[in-house]
Amino acid sequence: MSSVRVLVGTRKGAFILTSDGKRNKWDVSGPHFAGLEIYHLKGSPVNPDRIYASQTSAWFGQIVQRSDDGGQTWEPVGNQFAYHGDPGTHQWYDGTQHPWEFKRIWHFEPSLTDAETVYAGAEDAALFRSNDGGQTWDELPGLRDVKGSLWQPGAGGMCLHTIIQDPSNEQRIFVAISAAGAFRTDDGGQTWRPITRGLLSPYELPDPDADVGHCVHNLAMHPSRPDVLYMQKHWDVMRTDNAGELWHEISGNLPSDFGFPIEVHAHEPETVYVVPIKSDSEHYPPDGKLRVYRSRTGGDEWEALARGLPQSNCYVNILRDAMAVDTLDECGVYFGTTGGQVYASANAGDTWEPIVRDLPAVVSVEVQTLP
Amino acid sequence: MIRVVLPVHLQTLAKVKREVQLDIEGPVTQRTILDALEATYPTLRGTIRDQATQQRRPLLRFFACEEDLSHESPEIPLPDEVVSGKEPFIIVGAMAGG
Repeated sequence: MSSVRVLVGTRKGAFILTSDGKRNKWDVSGPHFAGLEIYHLKGSPVNPDRIYASQTSAWFGQIVQRSDDGGQTWEPVGNQFAYHGDPGTHQWYDGTQHPWEFKRIWHFEPSLTDAETVYAGAEDAALFRSNDGGQTWDELPGLRDVKGSLWQPGAGGMCLHTIIQDPSNEQRIFVAISAAGAFRTDDGGQTWRPITRGLLSPYELPDPDADVGHCVHNLAMHPSRPDVLYMQKHWDVMRTDNAGELWHEISGNLPSDFGFPIEVHAHEPETVYVVPIKSDSEHYPPDGKLRVYRSRTGGDEWEALARGLPQSNCYVNILRDAMAVDTLDECGVYFGTTGGQVYASANAGDTWEPIVRDLPAVVSVEVQTLP
Repeated sequence: MIRVVLPVHLQTLAKVKREVQLDIEGPVTQRTILDALEATYPTLRGTIRDQATQQRRPLLRFFACEEDLSHESPEIPLPDEVVSGKEPFIIVGAMAGG
């Protein structure tokens, strides 16, 4: 019988939640790396027992932890993330130019085809790749050639937080960077270009349709339709049907189109999930009611999913990497909150139950569907 | 024999107890201690000083002989008590409120 393994990164360690395919009884393992901030964990689709974890600390810097036994034991691997050549400068808060400085890894994306290859998204924004299981890392510097000197950090830092590989074309990768935008390579990471046509940011940018500077919070793709991407932007939920050549808004009847994560159902490419947040200055659900919104029409028409979620006095946030779906026949949906809850739905969002309620603030949630 | 005291998270990372001992030939300075520490325990690379700049991480402090040596040059010889092993070189995570 299939099972699921949910990988949870929190402000004070990592937790691994496992269940059989029914997803109604859970074992909780952790904290792993107790007391340390774990931005993201993700397993290799080629070898699910290989998992990478980004351990970061204001005191001790970046550590990359790797497990080869499904998260039971961990070993640190390479943690030297050196920008290629002289990285130059980027825009700073005060309008001056500021040197590129590595701070942390926000996201790991293991290769779809090779267990030894993994991508890492960094703050200050850059994309790194390892071809030896994380022992050594090389930057793909062509990304920063796309007007990198104009990028500037948002409130959360200048982070590369989303990496999506095209399963039909290994030369094509999409990335997203807070307050810089979305970018695509069609040559395996050598050269990049912004994919922001159609985005409008009238309250964040002096030029609302600039090609860089949009604050993209998250991207999602269904593997069967690699030209269709969904985007949760700072404000606006967006969709492209041509790999980012042109975006259009699909916010429709959402109570707020501000939010962080966005996900696609494992088996229904037109079913999309977001979690509306009240505003950019009030990072909690509208009306204190925690509701996931689902569109079964690829956007524009959204329904609230609230059964099992708190519907009063709920003022948590759901961060950009804190939502995931499994690939069981009845698609499971998972998300974690800054209040330390991890909720699961074993029926595509119709009903929800908490797996855990009292973890440290959840930064990331990923799920592995195991045979 | 130089004695070095590590904060708890670095003990976990290096899989050692609170205090480790190092052999150092030549001058005993912050730099030679950290070089020897990282050579002996490679998992500590980048955790005490930045790998690119070699600067001490801002929220770590170096104490010895009841003195804060954090702002001293990494090239300055350390006190005789540290060199002789009578006193440890202490790496401390700075206090943080909240």
